[in-house]
Amino acid sequence: MSQPNRTAAGGRIDRERPLSFRFDGRHYVGHAGDTLASALLANDVHLVARSFKYHRPRGILSMGVEEPNALVQLGQGAYTTPNMRATQVELYQGLSAQSQNRWPSLSTDVGAINDRLSALLPAGFYYKTFMWPAALWMRYERGIRRMAGLGHAPREPDPDRYERMHAHCDVLVVGAGPAGLAAALAAGRAGARVIVADDQCEAGGQLLAERFEIAGRPALAWVGATLAELQALPEVRLLRRTAINAYYDHNFLVGCEQLPGERAKELSTVPRQRLWKIRAREVVLATGAIERPLVFPDNDRPGIMLAASVRGYLNRYGVKPGTRVVIATAADDAYRTALDLAGAGASIVAVADLRAQAAGYLPQQVRSRGIEVLTGARIVGTEGRMRVDAVRVQTGASRVRALACDLLAMCGGWMPSVHLFSQSRGKLEFDAGLGAFVPGAATQAVTCAGMVRGAPSLREALAQGFQAGAAAAARCGFDRIAKIECPPTLEPEETPIDASCAFRGTPGGGKQFVDWHNDVTVADVRLAAREGYDGIEHLKRYTTAGMGVDQGKTGNLNALALLAELRGVPVLEIGTTTFRPPYQPLAFGAIAGADSGALFDPVRRTPMHGWHERHGALFEDVGQWKRPWYYPRPAESMRQAVDRECLAVRAALGILDASTLGKIDIQGPDATEFIDRIYCNSFRTLAPGRCRYGLMLRQDGMVFDDGVSARLSEHHYLMSTTTGGAARVLAWLEEWLQTEWPRLRVYCTSVSEQYAQVAIAGPRCADMLAPLTDVKLDAMPPMSVREGSVAGIPARVFRISFSGAPGYEIAVAAGRGVELWTTLMGAGERFGITPYGTEAMHVLRAEKGFIIVGQETDGTVTPLDLGLDRMVAADKFFIGKRSLARADARRTDRKQLVGLLTESPQTVLPEGTQLILEPHDFAAAPRSPVAMAGHVTSSYYSANCGRSIALALVKAGISRLGETLYAPLDGQLVKVTLTAPCFLDAQAQVRRG
Amino acid sequence: MNRYSIFTLARNALSHHEHWQRAWRSPEPQRRYDVVIVGGGGHGLATAYYLAKEHGVRSIAVLERGLIGLGNSGRNTTIVRSNYLWDESAHLYEHSLKLWEGLSRRLNFNVMFSQRGVLNLAHNLHDLRELRRRVNANRLNAIDSDILTTQEVQRMVPALNCAADARYPVLGASLQRRGGTARHDAVVWGFARAADALGVDIIQNCEVTAIRQRDRRVTGVETTRGSIAADKLGVVVAGHASVLAQMAEIRLPIESHPLQALVSEPIKPVLDTVVMSNAVHVYVSQSDKGELVIGAGIDAYNSYSQRGSFPVVEASVSALVELFPSFRRLKMLRQWAGIVDVCPDASPIISKTPVRGLYFNCGWGTGGFKATPGSGHVFAHTIARDEPHALNAAFALERFTTGALVDEHGAAAVAH
Amino acid sequence: MLRIACPWCGPRAEIEFSYGGEAHIALPEAADALDDAAWAQYLFMRTNPKGRHLERWVHTHGCRRWFNVVRDTASERIAAVYQPGAEPPEDAR
Repeated sequence: MSQPNRTAAGGRIDRERPLSFRFDGRHYVGHAGDTLASALLANDVHLVARSFKYHRPRGILSMGVEEPNALVQLGQGAYTTPNMRATQVELYQGLSAQSQNRWPSLSTDVGAINDRLSALLPAGFYYKTFMWPAALWMRYERGIRRMAGLGHAPREPDPDRYERMHAHCDVLVVGAGPAGLAAALAAGRAGARVIVADDQCEAGGQLLAERFEIAGRPALAWVGATLAELQALPEVRLLRRTAINAYYDHNFLVGCEQLPGERAKELSTVPRQRLWKIRAREVVLATGAIERPLVFPDNDRPGIMLAASVRGYLNRYGVKPGTRVVIATAADDAYRTALDLAGAGASIVAVADLRAQAAGYLPQQVRSRGIEVLTGARIVGTEGRMRVDAVRVQTGASRVRALACDLLAMCGGWMPSVHLFSQSRGKLEFDAGLGAFVPGAATQAVTCAGMVRGAPSLREALAQGFQAGAAAAARCGFDRIAKIECPPTLEPEETPIDASCAFRGTPGGGKQFVDWHNDVTVADVRLAAREGYDGIEHLKRYTTAGMGVDQGKTGNLNALALLAELRGVPVLEIGTTTFRPPYQPLAFGAIAGADSGALFDPVRRTPMHGWHERHGALFEDVGQWKRPWYYPRPAESMRQAVDRECLAVRAALGILDASTLGKIDIQGPDATEFIDRIYCNSFRTLAPGRCRYGLMLRQDGMVFDDGVSARLSEHHYLMSTTTGGAARVLAWLEEWLQTEWPRLRVYCTSVSEQYAQVAIAGPRCADMLAPLTDVKLDAMPPMSVREGSVAGIPARVFRISFSGAPGYEIAVAAGRGVELWTTLMGAGERFGITPYGTEAMHVLRAEKGFIIVGQETDGTVTPLDLGLDRMVAADKFFIGKRSLARADARRTDRKQLVGLLTESPQTVLPEGTQLILEPHDFAAAPRSPVAMAGHVTSSYYSANCGRSIALALVKAGISRLGETLYAPLDGQLVKVTLTAPCFLDAQAQVRRG
Repeated sequence: MNRYSIFTLARNALSHHEHWQRAWRSPEPQRRYDVVIVGGGGHGLATAYYLAKEHGVRSIAVLERGLIGLGNSGRNTTIVRSNYLWDESAHLYEHSLKLWEGLSRRLNFNVMFSQRGVLNLAHNLHDLRELRRRVNANRLNAIDSDILTTQEVQRMVPALNCAADARYPVLGASLQRRGGTARHDAVVWGFARAADALGVDIIQNCEVTAIRQRDRRVTGVETTRGSIAADKLGVVVAGHASVLAQMAEIRLPIESHPLQALVSEPIKPVLDTVVMSNAVHVYVSQSDKGELVIGAGIDAYNSYSQRGSFPVVEASVSALVELFPSFRRLKMLRQWAGIVDVCPDASPIISKTPVRGLYFNCGWGTGGFKATPGSGHVFAHTIARDEPHALNAAFALERFTTGALVDEHGAAAVAH
Repeated sequence: MLRIACPWCGPRAEIEFSYGGEAHIALPEAADALDDAAWAQYLFMRTNPKGRHLERWVHTHGCRRWFNVVRDTASERIAAVYQPGAEPPEDAR
């Protein structure tokens, strides 16, 4: 089990636990505690990817979230996941990963032709070409699409589970590095409720990658002691593997916790990820910093890495990514890498310091080990096809030296991770010393500590952490702070970095990458600036710099600094692109949590739902409700079933589950006044014990909802609403009551789910019902309500009908709905009782021309359009009244409700058919608009009428009864005649009763 | 102006692309213009372009508060379609769609208009009925539109969950084949470059701070870069319409809301068409770069903050993965919001105002991108002739007084 | 996600509430006497300011009561909440 780059000892890995894994089909072994990246490097695998545009060979650049290159397709089958950063994937036994965006293989990739053709593919090349011939663009595009993209989506539904968690705390500390731990400790000791979230599998942050000391001991000993103390505090919660990704308004943050399911499939009962939604009174951001890469020709070859990451692989994972190392730097920090690598036995070929001088303590240490330090150096190029094998360096005007190596570690200083701070709408400032942005004034309750603030030393980071944690706790009222002593550290002073060396690049030579992920080079930035795309947002959009999977974590600042220099203005004047959530890509599954399938949206079922199911009903979705649509018998078609149900209602007896209708209980001394204002028709005249069909309008005069309301007693009403409108109407009533008419003494309560309601309809309904009830049916006039019992169940009996057939509706407590239903079914047997569904209900009401809100209306229909003029009370106020007087509402050519009869009684027009005035030859006529006269809102075959019937909204329809219109149908024109909207005993019409 | 083509690209490659000119100039503002357009988004730049190109207006400036194209023009989900319900809307958007069809060559800038088709899903019988109504109306309005069965939808979009027992089963869909997507930034830059070539001054970083008028007639604007006189002023500032209206002492029936969108990481092609579902409120397409581009519903409250609320993202992403269960492992890469100017009837205002010489073009709500060329075209007409084009006569401010709204909430109320 | 202090229930997450648009747009007393333009002002025209906005919310998934909020539409800062019918507090800038 050779891992050629693994050190003999050291690191945070468990050397007793080897883990085997595969990359591109080859077997390797790593250790528990490795990431995929560290395990690959341990096996001396640097080439792991091809770049997005030019398909250049790429290696692992970094150690963390900023990684732009090492994206892999992880796992297989339904579990496969594209674009996983190898640096963030914890190794597990059996892990299998593939490289992406290459064909046929990583080492031989046909797409690399793009690199040869790159002169033709500058930034934005696609805006300048592919315009001729126009017809071919779609084909060009297909080619472009195939070339683009990285990994591939799974083909199967994701079998994993996700969950979401809400949390509240006094102080949320983001990052468990030295500053974050110090802040958590200070806030926790003060007694505050603290959450510490960190994206790594263990706390320590940058300390894991370093060989620092705190209080005279290895820094990780301090980390251990601090964790132990935090864990002992009952109000402190530590979230490991939890990346805080987004910072929204009012201190609401969203994080994602990686659960063990990802790492070991045998634990797949555990959710894969858990989304944390955290509301914090105070936030301390200790998000650290990202090392800044250097821009120079061919700076993207495998084996070219960030210097601190190289050190991190060595110290944290026991991996020495190379043996002959050149270090290129603009800061002292990289000298630590030289010292640590040298200590581990690597040969340091040279340190090429881009600064004019390197006189600090760390460079001195390096020199004292006999390592060559070149100052004022320029990197003019690199060599090596699949891995860097030489670095060409020039100092001053001297000859270029080619330094043979297998690893180039580079450092352009540090860039504070201000992403979350910026998301919080905090202002950024430019720190000239760092050459980078740091947090400025905050707009929310947030403070920053540590490297994110540009803390120059561990000592300073700890001090800032303690201070920020204590202050945040104090602002939450926890000010009984024990004096906190900042533990001493031993650190050399560092000399200033020279960030200008980082981004300038070197004229001539190969491609100098600014953004590794999207293959954006210095030349691209210069081109964009030349063409006027010289604002940072334009630059980003034109070159795509910063828009890749890494969102520019490594590249943005160099692009920005370069642009500022090209324009000759300070960086701050150019500003920065907006930092948008999430900080790290966030799985859609985690965002959706358990909200899928049945939990995506609740399904509502009536108390009698089981009975309908057992009796073969098919269901229709109406809002969230499942309503029986029709009840086909074996071998019966839909049409046959609906015809049978419709005939039964008119000839004998039908029964319908009407429980889904919205029901609102309205009580109070001013209930009548209130309802009278809500409905456009009058309710003042309704006597107790009687019911009335009411129509309500929006304030713009358009029909909003309808239903029958019953006056149960002097000050007590039961309003019914459409199935889909129940919640909307209740909210509407409350809004008017509370905000406009608070003096009305009225109380509204939803009772939709408290009652099961059954409609029985047909000439035999009284015959069946009378023996079952103590209500005197023959004493009940149409549109009345009585209380009593039915089948021994306390009930309200309404004499109302939506079918126009004689009918009653019976409401009982929801829990007794099934009992009522089955009793009625039993009692009705000898009358041929037939359960009918929504389809038959629709046919039956259409036979009588009764509207359905949402079908005959669409938010643009007034009661006058529906021919319901008599329902519009002239002598009172009601909502929407004034709007009916507007010019447009009085137009005579508005679309109005009419009936339609097709020439052939068998032709059933599809609902949604548009009607035209004149015959039109669609085949012959040029394709130009044809004037429309209206559209079919409802259309059925009516067995009771023995023909098809339809309702339609037709321009000036009410004045055109008897006229002919045409309906285009399957290339034919169907002649239709306009009639009044009632097809059955128009004389005997009783409006819903 | 450099001509763009494969030949000029190749020729410039020989000189390392050192000789490309600026796509548009960066002039200092003059003291007066015949027409000043406030708002350097796609609509404003298109307006300027058509004013210069078709109406022969010589002296035009476009004033942009920041950089051009970074408002809703650069924040939308790039969907283009014309399958609207009402005649007034259908004719306007179809006019726009026809302009899209020749736009790349007209502007000599590839706006990557991809007519990959737009699907609107129906999930229940009511959806189907309304969908048929709209498709039939579209066809009579000479707009291509088809109804697809569940099986046909499944063939077109293999990743879509078309199972009968899905919580929101797909019962069918409408398809507008000529609909699709375009590259939003390219539209802005293309119009800017073409307008600039016709002499339009595009002035960035120039915020209008006041509208000057005398006797209810526009005389110019005050800006952060000085006073600019103008005979006519066209305001096309989307979410900021009310702010500008207030400067002219006009009230608009507009509310500004955040509208959020997000993209996934780039992946290989997995979705070849635009899929929209009004019922669950999400729409998705895949960009040429490979990102899934996902649009959410609007946030309920007024806001100018260009940020929305996370629950809206949760709802849209839940809807997305409900429709596409294999997308759950894909990752959200970036999310953002625009400020959309919402009208009570979900239709735009392209109108003269009570102030002579002042014209407003606003209220596009969630759907303005698709209208970019058409909106500019008819607005230019309205400004140049001081009367609306036949296609935008119905979209005047007066409709809120008469009640003659063009209510697109109903049948075609797709959030986009 | 906003955090809104319901005057009756205390601070709660935005998802518990529904938005009700601009506050203090009272139903005109003699609507029938208004001309169409004045009615359109009531029905459709809104201030829609960038900055301090007086607006209505209802605690839909809580006490179901309406109240008013002073919120800055640019910063999302909530300066005050107050009861329907009341005037905004003086100190709510």
